[in-house]
Amino acid sequence: MTGAVIAQPSMAARLTGARVGRRRTVVDRSMRTIAMGAAFLCALPLAAVLFFVAANGLSALSLDLITKPPRALGIGGGAANAVVGTLQMVPLAALIAVPVGVLGAVYIAEFANSRSARVTRFCADVLVGMPSILIGVFVFTFLVLPFKQFNGFAGSVALAVIMIPVVMRTTEESLHLVPNSLREASLALGVPAWRTVLSVVLRTGLPGILTGSMLAIARAMGETAPLLFTALGSRVVNVGDFGRPMDSLPLFIYVNARQPVDALNQQAWGAAFLLLLIVLIINVAVRARSWGRRIG
Amino acid sequence: MTNRASRLASLAFGAIVVIAGCTSPGVTTGPTTGGQASGPPASGGMSQPQVPSGNVTLSGAGATFPALLYQVWIEKFGEAHSNVTVDYQAIGSGGGIKAITQQTVDFGASDAAMKDEEIAALPAGTKILHVPTALGAVVVIFNLAGADGSAIKKLNLDGDTIAGVFLGKITTWNDPAIAALNADVASNLPATPIKVIHRSDGSGTTNAFTTYLATVSSEWKDSVGAGKEVNWPTGDGAPGNDGVSGGVKTADGRIGYVELQYAVVSGLSSAAVKNANGKFVAGSSAGVTAAAEGAVDAFPDDFRAAPIINGPGDDTYPIAAYTYLLLYQDQTDATKGQALTAFLHWALTDGQSEEKAIGYAPLPAPIQQKALEELHRITTGGSPIWPM
Amino acid sequence: MTSATVTAAARFGRAASRVPDVVFRSGSGVLAWVAVGILGLLAALLVANSGQALAKFGISFLTGTTWDPIAGIYGALPFIIGTIASSFIAIVLATPIGLLTAIFLAELAPRRVAIPLTFTIELLAAIPSVVFGLWGVFVLGPFLSRTVEAWIVDTLGWIPIFAGPPFGVGLFTAGVILTLMILPTIVAISRDVITAVPDSQREAMLALGATRWEMITNAVLPYARSGIIGAVILGLGRALGETMAVTMVIGNRPQIPQSIFDSSQTIASQIATTFNEASIGLQTSALIGLGLVLLVITMTLNVIARLLVWRVAGPQGTS
Repeated sequence: MTGAVIAQPSMAARLTGARVGRRRTVVDRSMRTIAMGAAFLCALPLAAVLFFVAANGLSALSLDLITKPPRALGIGGGAANAVVGTLQMVPLAALIAVPVGVLGAVYIAEFANSRSARVTRFCADVLVGMPSILIGVFVFTFLVLPFKQFNGFAGSVALAVIMIPVVMRTTEESLHLVPNSLREASLALGVPAWRTVLSVVLRTGLPGILTGSMLAIARAMGETAPLLFTALGSRVVNVGDFGRPMDSLPLFIYVNARQPVDALNQQAWGAAFLLLLIVLIINVAVRARSWGRRIG
Repeated sequence: MTNRASRLASLAFGAIVVIAGCTSPGVTTGPTTGGQASGPPASGGMSQPQVPSGNVTLSGAGATFPALLYQVWIEKFGEAHSNVTVDYQAIGSGGGIKAITQQTVDFGASDAAMKDEEIAALPAGTKILHVPTALGAVVVIFNLAGADGSAIKKLNLDGDTIAGVFLGKITTWNDPAIAALNADVASNLPATPIKVIHRSDGSGTTNAFTTYLATVSSEWKDSVGAGKEVNWPTGDGAPGNDGVSGGVKTADGRIGYVELQYAVVSGLSSAAVKNANGKFVAGSSAGVTAAAEGAVDAFPDDFRAAPIINGPGDDTYPIAAYTYLLLYQDQTDATKGQALTAFLHWALTDGQSEEKAIGYAPLPAPIQQKALEELHRITTGGSPIWPM
Repeated sequence: MTSATVTAAARFGRAASRVPDVVFRSGSGVLAWVAVGILGLLAALLVANSGQALAKFGISFLTGTTWDPIAGIYGALPFIIGTIASSFIAIVLATPIGLLTAIFLAELAPRRVAIPLTFTIELLAAIPSVVFGLWGVFVLGPFLSRTVEAWIVDTLGWIPIFAGPPFGVGLFTAGVILTLMILPTIVAISRDVITAVPDSQREAMLALGATRWEMITNAVLPYARSGIIGAVILGLGRALGETMAVTMVIGNRPQIPQSIFDSSQTIASQIATTFNEASIGLQTSALIGLGLVLLVITMTLNVIARLLVWRVAGPQGTS
């Protein structure tokens, strides 16, 4: 392509002309400034969202919000149903998704022939970009309809389906970063393949795998659409009964954002603040390490 | 009817309700004696249905119209019987009918009685009971700042004007049709565009409101019609009564229709609607009670009453509707069936006294009687849960 | 590195039988195909359950303009248009801003500016959709209605597509929120493909006397062009499937919008708001048909985008 550039006579003539003309300098400087402006413009939305969620949500944040169930008109009530629901459904989803995703990625990275690897990788990539509402419809058909019951387990499975491709892809990339020499050394010493993978490769790739899993968990915590048709939501605090509807923080926010009662809108902001705080802390904590490496 | 006469009538009516309540089976004020063993007693004649012992969770879903009332009922019933938990999801009448048809809940709730097609869609061999629990008013809410900046709190509207707004014909608040009905604020009406908020889900509230519009406007009747869902000529959709009131509250210039209590809790103003006698009446429990009284004789035997539109009387509010709890006549789970019957009984007796305070209207005495009798028909495995 | 393997060898000794190996391989192999299985099942499910509606309406399911559950007529065009229009607005706004930002981060910014800025933009992607929706309803919508929308209606309102009134709820607000949600995708992938452009290209341009900006537009961007288009298409794919934030600000009106300030409805928001109480049978089948349309559109875009990105940045290039 270098050749193509030089071969265009007009461009070469333009560029090799004596000195850089004023117009070109002006264009250069102004476009670079505009690019900088665009970049800082991109930083604004995060600040705007954080500011308003904090400003409105901080005042609603209280022990009551986390421990009390919803009450009529919001008086004396809270989001305990949502907090308890999220604290149950997300860990169960992770319990399903992380082993499946990690072991699946192990197979793709270590054992699969290139065709299998391409097919599974392609499907995982497509699933990562799948609208989560369709995942909700999917799990509804298998785990809600036959039992004629909205249930928290279906909600967890829906979240797991969203997490699995994310965990698979990030794990696979971590495993590819593990140097082959490690594998070869282990195998040369007579360690069976499965042991090599578990004790050597996985252990070395663990930081990246953890990062991917944490990011998937953060994403699952914030999902609403797949829960609409599976866990449905519940005003009642549901502890332990995955066979019945469960609430979650995002569902709580969705319902209370549209209520006409100020106290309930306040609770929505409070729940949003809580959710955003947890999600951002997870994201910052796991990404902070890798930023320095990537930018350089 | 003069003011004094109507007050006397309401008082007499209230007295009748109380007396009827006292003589009908099972009005208690103290805590109920708790559970017996599950399964109906061998010999007939209990004063009220028994609450089962042990923890029972009932799940219900449906109308948002009575949701504010049900939330209070569930809390109060739960205080009296802490072993019974009721989880009610307010997803709209359409959702409630679907849920009970698919048997994903123990009871449904709807302000629109089930249509013949919906009853035909029920599982073969089952029968559904409509238990009326309360009456409510559908009011027209609005959020409007006058031209001088102050909030406009009172508006008179009539059937033609409301239909015009919801048809998209009347598009600004200072339209002459609105000004003509509101001489005192006409000069303050701003040129703000009107934005309609309607329901996006299948709704009994919509059913009542569109029945009213179809009654007062032949254009509405021909082009849009009535039902739980219609093709709205204009406006945005919002889910639930809560969504509509929340939507109207969000910005200036918006108008919507909700059950009265949603207007109260949201602090939104609602219009005084012209009734059949030509009077402008604001939504109120009394106005609905008057409407209900006038329609007692028309109440059908199968309990599937239509919304009460333009009832006679000076104080009658023109848009009122019954709301129902839906359950299968034969309960497959005996314990849940018992708990449900007990809850319904409480709702039809103790619960009625809660309604006025929250802005709903209690059932007229004859209807309450019929509903309580209906409870005797609930069976489990063929035997009645609450024998006569 | 060697000490770990030596310790391992000392502990594990010689290889035992092959059974654990086979078990491990096949076990993980099954799990690997879970993603494929889910995708296949999902597609099969949507196809099977939408059959009733598609058989009844045929092509008019896609071209019909009326969605009428009462009359039992289901035409998806209002939602297809709502989906495409809101995403189109998002792409129009996000592409220039995102591309310029990516250029800045990859080519122009010093490290100590690039790192915190990248960090901020990536965190934007972590904000849950419903939180964007909450913020959109109470903050962004009213703000846009008073400022941007009011200005556009005043100056361009004579063109039907920009006609008011600027309610703050509708296609435009949904488009702006989608812009914020897809910016991180476009920025991140564009930045990756720009970084993947070989330095030889840049050096050649600079050696010819180009200014930095000219170097970027003449050497870097053309080389990275297919990757950048891939980034935009991936952003588009994300915008098309976005549900919660859009549902909360788009107005939920199942009609074809006449102006960008009208209320509208996307495929995802229609499913979200009506699925739970859709009557079993034709209505549910029609909604699943909508889901199938969405699936086909997003899958197609996803595949095209990945291929474009792979060409520039390689199969492992981006996550």
